[in-house]
Formats: sequence, C-alpha cells, structure tokens
Amino acid sequence: MSAPSVHGAGPTEAPPARALPPVAQVAVLSMALVIAGGIYMGSHLPAKASLGVPIGLLVASGVLVLANVAQLARLREFSWSTFRLVGKWALVAYLVITGLLEYVFVLDGTRGSALVVLTVSLAIFAVDVPVLLAFSVARYQPVEQRR
Amino acid sequence: MTEVISSARAAGPPGPGAEGAAAGGQALAAPALQIVPLAGIPLVVAALVGLVVALAVNDLWPLEFFHVVGGGLWTGIDLFLGFIIGPVLGRMSIPARVEFSKRFMPKMVLLMPTLVIITLTGGWQLARHVGNLAASSPNHAWIIASFVVVGVMAIVALGILEPANLAVLFELRKPAPNGALIGKLMKRFIYTAGITGAMQVATLFIMTHLAAS
Repeated sequence: MSAPSVHGAGPTEAPPARALPPVAQVAVLSMALVIAGGIYMGSHLPAKASLGVPIGLLVASGVLVLANVAQLARLREFSWSTFRLVGKWALVAYLVITGLLEYVFVLDGTRGSALVVLTVSLAIFAVDVPVLLAFSVARYQPVEQRR
Repeated sequence: MTEVISSARAAGPPGPGAEGAAAGGQALAAPALQIVPLAGIPLVVAALVGLVVALAVNDLWPLEFFHVVGGGLWTGIDLFLGFIIGPVLGRMSIPARVEFSKRFMPKMVLLMPTLVIITLTGGWQLARHVGNLAASSPNHAWIIASFVVVGVMAIVALGILEPANLAVLFELRKPAPNGALIGKLMKRFIYTAGITGAMQVATLFIMTHLAAS
C-alpha cells in the first residue's frame, strides 16, 4: 500500500507475454515458509522451543530455493545484467536487515540449535527477497542471451 | 549503489515508438530517475546506527523511541497512502500521476524498509525488555498475534508490492514507458490495499492494547 497508482501511463496494449518459470511465486512461497517458522520460533523464545516444526518448514523452504536456482539456471533468454544489478544491491540491503535481526537474537541469548535454525532461516530470507526483486524487475527488461 | 543509480538514468531522448507512450495527447518525458536516492542513504545509516546503539544499551526509552516512532510512521504512512493519497492520485491526470510517482516512489524504496526494520527489531527487544515475550506473560498471546500480523504484511510487502514498485521504477526510466505494464503492476497496490489496511488497523489495536495493559 506504499505507492500510488499510475494506471495507463503510456500505451494501452497489453504487456508482451513472456513464458518464464514461476521464480517469483516459488520465492514468495519459500519466504512464507521461513516467516511461518520464524513466527513459531518467536512465539517460544526466549524459552526453548521444539525445533521439529521450524526445521520442517526450513527444509521445505530450502528445497524451494534450490528449485529456484535450477529454474534460473535453465533460463537462457533473460535480462541477466538487470537481474545481477538489482539482485546484488538487494542482497546487500537484505544482508544488513537480516544481520540486524541476527544481532538481536544473539543479544537476547539465543544459542545452540535454535540459533542455527534462526540463522539459516534468515539466510534463506536474505536470498529469497533479492531473487524475487531481481527477477520481477528483469522479466520486463529487454532479453539478453546468457554468455 | 552508484551503479544502480547511473544505470537507472534515462538513456536519452525518446526513440521510435515514444509516441506510443503519450497519454491524453501529452508525451511522457523520461527525465533522469534515481531508483535509490543517494541523498537519503546517510539518513538511513544514521537511523540504523542509532538502532544498534539502542539495542546494545537496552534501556527502555531508546527501545520505546525506535519502536513507537518507526511503527507509528510505518502504519500512518501506509494507511495515509492507501486510503488518502492513492484515491486522490487515481483522479489526477496520467502525466501528473507519472510525475508524482517518479519523485515519490524512489523515496519509498529507502524509507519503508528502514521504518520496518527499526520497528521490528526495536519492538522485539522492547517486548523482551518489558517481559511480554515470556510465555507466562498475560500479553504473550497479543505478541504472537502481532507476529502473525507482521508476517502477513511482510509477505504482501516483500512478495507483491516491493517487486511491483521496483519494476515500475525501472519501466519509468525507459524513454517510452509501457503504460499498460505499469497499470498492470500498480493494480497490485489496489488488490492488496484491503489486506494491508486490515493488518495495519489490527496492529494499532494490538499495540494500543499492549501499551494500556
């Protein structure tokens, strides 16, 4: 809700349809799984939480990240320069954000396997969002052949 | 970051097909557009450094300050944009909307993530400081509810809105922006306005309850 509408700013023809794999949808699903795991963990901290549910969600999320890597690796005609440009700076931004969250958990005394699960969750989150942003921008840019 | 900004500048005058970008007889010029406003970065860094100091000091007031100021601005800006600015813009001329968006949306690229991170980290530490995170706290259920609300907002913001915001900015820097594509992407803001609005109102309800208890 944080931006206004600019409907119909230019030509009225529909944007060209590009047959691209569902990278954005998979990234959102992966992100939703780690957020759900994070809520579960957060609802138990600072006490010790059962890690079965968050680990299950984390594994599922990790599989989706790998699926996205495979989808992207098969993509030939794509605006890779834009993807790299947006992805690189988004990664820097989200490493800062997840780094702050990690700092808070460490500061609060979270240790051991709980900290490992949270750290891996934050790492997946820090990858998912840049992939999502980079793919969402690059898909509308002129295509390039993969070198 | 300079790379993002320099590559985000319009390449030059409109080329063939720029006529197609006209709407209502007014051509859409493509002036230089900064995706990430460099001037705002020192302010973001200052806010984050202040946040880290507040977390390290772990006193009530600085934590309260970051959580309340950040959360108040986040909620207020979201509701104001969604229900006041959005409908007003919807009734403005298309070139005016484009001009507004070119100047406004890059600022949101920096502002909203900064507000979100200072609100969430400050809030987490504040909840721990006052004992609301403990399972024995009478406010624990309210805290969990706030986690769920924030989780929904994160999925909507990061999964739907932010990608659209960036894609629109990159489209607007082209010599001849595709209005149909921009319109299609911006519809996401309308489709999700109800969800975000409901979550922000729920946030206000939860947080005022926590503050009063």
